[in-house]
Amino acid sequence: MMAQVRGFASAPYFTSLVTVFLLLAMLAAGGAAYPGFLSLQVVLNLLIDNAFLLVIAVGMSFVILSGGIDLSVGSVLALATMISAWLLRSAHWPPVAVIALVLVLGALFGAAQGALIHYFKLQAFIVTLAGMFLARGLCYLISIESITIEDPLFVAMSQTQLEFLGGFISPGALIALVLLGLAIYAAHYTAFGRAVYAIGGNEQSAQMMGLAVGRTKVLIYALSGLCAALAGVLFSFYMLSGYGLHAQGTELDAIAAVVIGGTLLSGGYGYIAGALSGVLILGTIQTLIAFDGTLSSWWTKIVIGGLLFVFCVVQRLMSIGAKNNQ
Amino acid sequence: MTAPHVTARQTVPQAAPTRGGHNPESFAMLLQHPLMKPLAALFALLLVDLVFIPGFFHLEWKDGHLYGSVIDIVNRAAPLMLAALGMTLVIATRGIDISVGAVVALSGTVAAMLIGGTMVMHNGVPVYEANTPMLWALCAAMGAALLCGAWNGLLVSTLGLQPIVATLILMVAGRGLAQLLTDGQIVTVYYQPFFFLGSGYLFGLPFSLYVVAAVVLAVSLLMRKTALGLFIQAVGINPVAARLAGLKTAALIFFVYVFCSACAGMAGLMISSNIKSADANNAGLLLELDAILAVTLGGTSLAGGKFSLAGSMIGALIIQTLTYTIYSLGVPPEVNMVVKSVVVFLVCLSQSPEFKQMWKRKAA
Repeated sequence: MMAQVRGFASAPYFTSLVTVFLLLAMLAAGGAAYPGFLSLQVVLNLLIDNAFLLVIAVGMSFVILSGGIDLSVGSVLALATMISAWLLRSAHWPPVAVIALVLVLGALFGAAQGALIHYFKLQAFIVTLAGMFLARGLCYLISIESITIEDPLFVAMSQTQLEFLGGFISPGALIALVLLGLAIYAAHYTAFGRAVYAIGGNEQSAQMMGLAVGRTKVLIYALSGLCAALAGVLFSFYMLSGYGLHAQGTELDAIAAVVIGGTLLSGGYGYIAGALSGVLILGTIQTLIAFDGTLSSWWTKIVIGGLLFVFCVVQRLMSIGAKNNQ
Repeated sequence: MTAPHVTARQTVPQAAPTRGGHNPESFAMLLQHPLMKPLAALFALLLVDLVFIPGFFHLEWKDGHLYGSVIDIVNRAAPLMLAALGMTLVIATRGIDISVGAVVALSGTVAAMLIGGTMVMHNGVPVYEANTPMLWALCAAMGAALLCGAWNGLLVSTLGLQPIVATLILMVAGRGLAQLLTDGQIVTVYYQPFFFLGSGYLFGLPFSLYVVAAVVLAVSLLMRKTALGLFIQAVGINPVAARLAGLKTAALIFFVYVFCSACAGMAGLMISSNIKSADANNAGLLLELDAILAVTLGGTSLAGGKFSLAGSMIGALIIQTLTYTIYSLGVPPEVNMVVKSVVVFLVCLSQSPEFKQMWKRKAA
C-alpha cells in the first residue's frame, strides 16, 4: 500500500494532478461559500478574462521547459496593443494586416532575444530583462497616452459571444484554447517538442546528440514572442485600447501559472497543459476574492506568492526524493 | 594607441612599476583596470551634461548647505547605491535577488506606519509627535527587512531553490503584504526628525551620503581585510569546489541574502523619509532591475565570482546621471527605458567572449 502511494507520488504527472485537484477544491469551496459561484458561465468567464494570460503562459511553458526564462512577455504584449492601436488610428491600416504585422514583429523580437542568448552565451534572464525595458520604452515612444481602438473588426471581436456547452465564450478565449491544443501537439508529438525537452534536460547532451540546439532555442524565444504578441491582440480585443501600462507584471503571473501547473523551473520536465490549470487557478483566486467582496485585491498577490512557495518547495522535495531513490 | 605600448614593452622589458606612474606601461595597465570602462562611461555622460546643460557643475552655498545638480544626483542615487551594494554580493555568489523593490516597500511602510505623527499642542504651537519612538520604528522596519532576507536566504541556501524563483515569491507577496498593512492607502508621515534621513544635511552635504559612505566603507573593509570577500568569490566561481574545500557555502549564501535585504530595507527608509510617506504600490518599483543594471554596469559578471563594490557604486551613479540628463535635456522621460535597455544590451555583449571573438575574426 505504502509503496503504491510512494509510486503514485513520484509519478511524473503527480504535481499536475495536485494542481487539478486544487482547482476543483477551490471551485467547490467557492460554490459552497457563495451562491451562484458554481455555474458554467463563471468557469467560462475564467477563460474569457484570462485568455491572454493563457496564451502567454503557453509560450512561457516552452521557454521554461527548455531551461530558460522570458521576462519580456508582458511588455511585448503592451507593445503589441500599442502598435495595433496606433496603426489602426493613425495609419488606417486594414485590421487583418495590423494583426499579421504585430504577430510577425513579436516573433522577430523573440527571435532576436533568442539569438543573443544562444550565440553570445548571454543569460536569458538579463537579455529578456533588457527586452522588457526596450518594449515598454518603445510603447511610450509611440504615445504616452492610451489610444482607443474603434475598428469594427476589433469591436466585433470584443462583443461576439460564441455558444459553448450551453454558456458562451469570446472569440479570444476560443483562439487561446486552439493555441493550447496546437502547443500540446507541438510539444509532445513533433521533433521540435522533443528537442525542447532534451535541451531543458541537458543542453550539452542535446548538442552532442546532434540536435539543432541553436535553431531550437531561437525558435523557442520566437514562439514566446509570437505568443506574447498574440496575447496583445487578444488583450486589445478585450480592452479595445492600446496603452504602455497594459499588463504590467504579467510575466510574473505567467511564470507563476506555469510553475503552479507543474512545470519544473530547472527545465526539461512538465506539461504544456499545466499552463491551463495554472492560469485557471490564478483566475479562480481572483474570482473568489471578487465574489467575497470584502477582501482587497492585494490578497491575490499574497495568495499567489503563498501558492508559488508551496509548489516550489514540493517540486524541490520531490526532486531530492527522486535523487535518493536512484 | 597600440604602437607606443609595444615599444614601451621592448625598451623596458618587465620593468618594475616605477614610482611616477606616468610611463606608458603603467598607463596601459591603468587602461586595463576593470573600473576603467564604467568610469569612462560616467565621464562621457558628465561631458554631455557639461556641454548641453548650462550650470550643471554650478554649486551654491545656500541656507548652510550645498545646492546643485551634482549634489542632487548623488542624493537621489543613495537608495540605488545601497540596493546595488547588496545586490553585488548576491550576484557574486551566482545568485540574484528580485525582491529588493518589495522589501523597500515593506520596510518603508513599517517605518511610516509606526512613526506616523499626531499633532500635539505645545504652548499653543502645534507640534507633531511620533506614534512610536523613532528608534524603535527604525529597528522594526530593519527587522522586517532582515526577516525578508532570512526567508530568501533559507529558500536559496537550505532548500536549494533557484535564486530567481525563491526571490520571485517575496517579490509577488511582499508588496501584497505591504499593501495589506496600509490597507492600500499611502501613509503620510508628519514627524520632522524622520525626514532627516532622506533629505537632511550634515556639514553641508546630504545626510544620506554619509549613510551610504559608512555602509560602503564597512563592507569594503569586511571584504578586503577579512577572508569573507574571498569566500564569497569562491562560492560564485565554483560552489561545489568551495564546499569541498571546507567553506560553509550555505551559511555564506544565507548571509549574502540577509545583507541584500538589509541594504534594501535601509534604501526603503531613505526613500520613504525623502518623500515623507510610504506608498506600498509604487515605492521601489523596478528598483531591483536598476540595482542589477548598476552591478552589471560596474563590471561584475552575472555569472558570479569576481565582484567590484566600487564598480557597482559607479554603475548606480551612471544610472542616476543618465536619468537626470534625460530629464534636463527635455527628452521625454519615457525614452529613459529605451536608453537603459540599449545600454544593458551593449554592456552584456561587451562582456561576452563569443562577441569579442567575432570582432577579432572580422578584424583579422
